[in-house]
Amino acid sequence: MARIKASPRAPLDYARALPLQLWLGVVLLFLYLPLLVLFVFSFNDSRRTTVWRGFTLEWYGKLFENEGIRDAMLNSLLIAVACTVLSVILGALMAFMFWRFKFPFKSGLEGGMSLPIVVPEICMGVALLIFFAKLNWPNDLPWPVNLTPIIIAHVTFAFPFVAIVVRARLESFNRELEAAALDLGASQWRAFRDVIVPHMGPGLIAGALLAFTLSLDDFVITFFVGGPGSVTFPVKIYSMVRFSVTPEVNAASTVLIVITVVATALALRMQSKFAKEGQGS
Amino acid sequence: MSGSDDDVIIRIEDVTKRWGKVVGVDRVSLEIRRGEFFALLGPSGCGKTTLLRMIAGFEMPTEGKIWIDGQDVSAVPPNKRPVNMVFQSYAVFPHLTVYDNVAYGLQFDNVAKADQYQRVMKALADVKLDHLAERKPDQMSGGQRQRVALARALVKRPKVLLLDEPLSALDAKLREAMRFELAELQDKVGITFVMVTHDQDEALAMASRCAVMERGRLMQTATPANLYEFPANRFVADFIGSVNMFEGQLIADEPDHAIVESPELGGKIYFDHGVSGASGEKLWVGVRPEKIELVKKLEGAPVPTPEDSPEGCNVVAGVIHQISYLGSESVYEVKLANDRIVRVSRPNLSRWDQEDFTWDDPVWLRWHGDSPVLLQV
Ligand SMILES: Nc1ncnc2c1ncn2[C@@H]1O[C@H](COP(=O)(O)OP(=O)(O)OP(=O)(O)O)[C@@H](O)[C@H]1O
Ligand SMILES: [Mg+2]
Repeated sequence: MARIKASPRAPLDYARALPLQLWLGVVLLFLYLPLLVLFVFSFNDSRRTTVWRGFTLEWYGKLFENEGIRDAMLNSLLIAVACTVLSVILGALMAFMFWRFKFPFKSGLEGGMSLPIVVPEICMGVALLIFFAKLNWPNDLPWPVNLTPIIIAHVTFAFPFVAIVVRARLESFNRELEAAALDLGASQWRAFRDVIVPHMGPGLIAGALLAFTLSLDDFVITFFVGGPGSVTFPVKIYSMVRFSVTPEVNAASTVLIVITVVATALALRMQSKFAKEGQGS
Repeated sequence: MSGSDDDVIIRIEDVTKRWGKVVGVDRVSLEIRRGEFFALLGPSGCGKTTLLRMIAGFEMPTEGKIWIDGQDVSAVPPNKRPVNMVFQSYAVFPHLTVYDNVAYGLQFDNVAKADQYQRVMKALADVKLDHLAERKPDQMSGGQRQRVALARALVKRPKVLLLDEPLSALDAKLREAMRFELAELQDKVGITFVMVTHDQDEALAMASRCAVMERGRLMQTATPANLYEFPANRFVADFIGSVNMFEGQLIADEPDHAIVESPELGGKIYFDHGVSGASGEKLWVGVRPEKIELVKKLEGAPVPTPEDSPEGCNVVAGVIHQISYLGSESVYEVKLANDRIVRVSRPNLSRWDQEDFTWDDPVWLRWHGDSPVLLQV
């Protein structure tokens, strides 16, 4: 068979320009090399984290035997789930309010909505620390109630992300759909539930994913708000690294990455399912 | 006043809609009769949709009242009104199947499950979609989605079906076909249809009566033929079809005839019937292009005054300036001595008719005494 002769490169066909291919390679390397090293050395059969000695699952075994890490992981997951649920509800309602109603100072308030996103985390941490101290929040509560301050703190910075994503999604809502539901006999509430919420769907999923990952890997704010009884996974890793970077830390980090990637993959799949349905409204 | 006249299904009384300074609908009074196909016609932004949305209950009139089937609906929310709407975007629920879309409205009507299936399938059959009941809207064409919207509204058995520009999103061929189908459907279900459109052909072809609106005002309500042949004002005459409008003055006003002198035409226009107008008053005369006859101007031949008009009336000389050949007819733009352009259309009855006249031919234009319409505003 004759080889198909490569056609000349079209001006916008960037993927075939050599300098750009090199650049892309460099960027990818920069992005993923550190993670790759972390991942590979979590299987390294040596205490030292710099020389490859062979494959082992020892560190993962150690990790799951370590009660402190297991507890921290459980705390983190609990907090992340609670934070996700609360943030999605609050964020969706807030987005709906800004989308639907007109009221005084609306644009100012809408700008203020994203404030927790831009405020430096360290300031948020300090502010929340003072807040809970002033409230005289008891810090000797039994598990898992002692996680409440962290959950509240996480919701504070996570729900504006949800609100922004859902708000953007609502922009593409065809208001005649809601009118159609009302016209067919639905009450305001039924129209909201049957037509608006399904349209929000992809926004809710994206928002939930954001809230979940933000909460799962938050360190700064948790560090300020949490106490000895409410150590989360990132805080635990931090305390381990203070002594030395051990293969266990690598393994723990890898686990965190895997959880995040799985959550993202799930969310993307649900979203593409929604997006297909959303066409042709 | 009560709206209980048996023949009237919707009575709109002095309805005005304002948003601050913006007037959407301005003092409109209208009666829509039971069982008719009524069209609201007007240019973009004239308030058609606003009026329709007030009937459906999505907008509240600033002033005035609306009765539906004898009931004052001022305080009735949209989900309790006995009307249903087909939206301009069709607004088919994207996450539901065709069947579920159509069944959606029935859950609020206390329809037994068994009946529900019967009614949905019947409605889908009425719009010829029963074979696609399990489809999702994203797998359907625009025309099919429109049918879903129709079925979804009709299955509720409303007293009035409201349609907002139902055909505007379809391509030309489908639009033509849907005109007939919609009219047929209306015959079959026997429900009053109120359709909003900015397309005069559509309104004339489908409606039994039309209301023409402009800038929120109702200009005229009449049957399509009467709108065309007896327009009440210049706006309607100009909006419906095409018309040659001449400004003039009434110089003879008798019970059985009238004459208007028009400098714009450079001649006199004779009416073979009495008109309501006052001598010396400024007014306008409209003559439709197809009612004007084109006559070749020959050297030495006498002025071909129409036999029903007095000498020198309803006839004027000109030169062919522009020709558009449209197949079934040709439209000629004739330039008069005073440079005014007059449109004349002429059916191409034989295959050679379009060759009778060509550019720069000197011609006479003439028309009968019953062709012009007198317009006072
Ligand atoms: N919510 C609103 N607030 C302010 N003005 C409005 C509102 N809705 C409509 N209008 C104005 O009222 C007028 C009539 O609008 P409407 O939508 O009824 O026009 P329409 O005849 O349906 O036009 P189209 O053919 O373009 O759909 C327009 O000038 C529009 O700008
Ligand atoms: Mg409109």
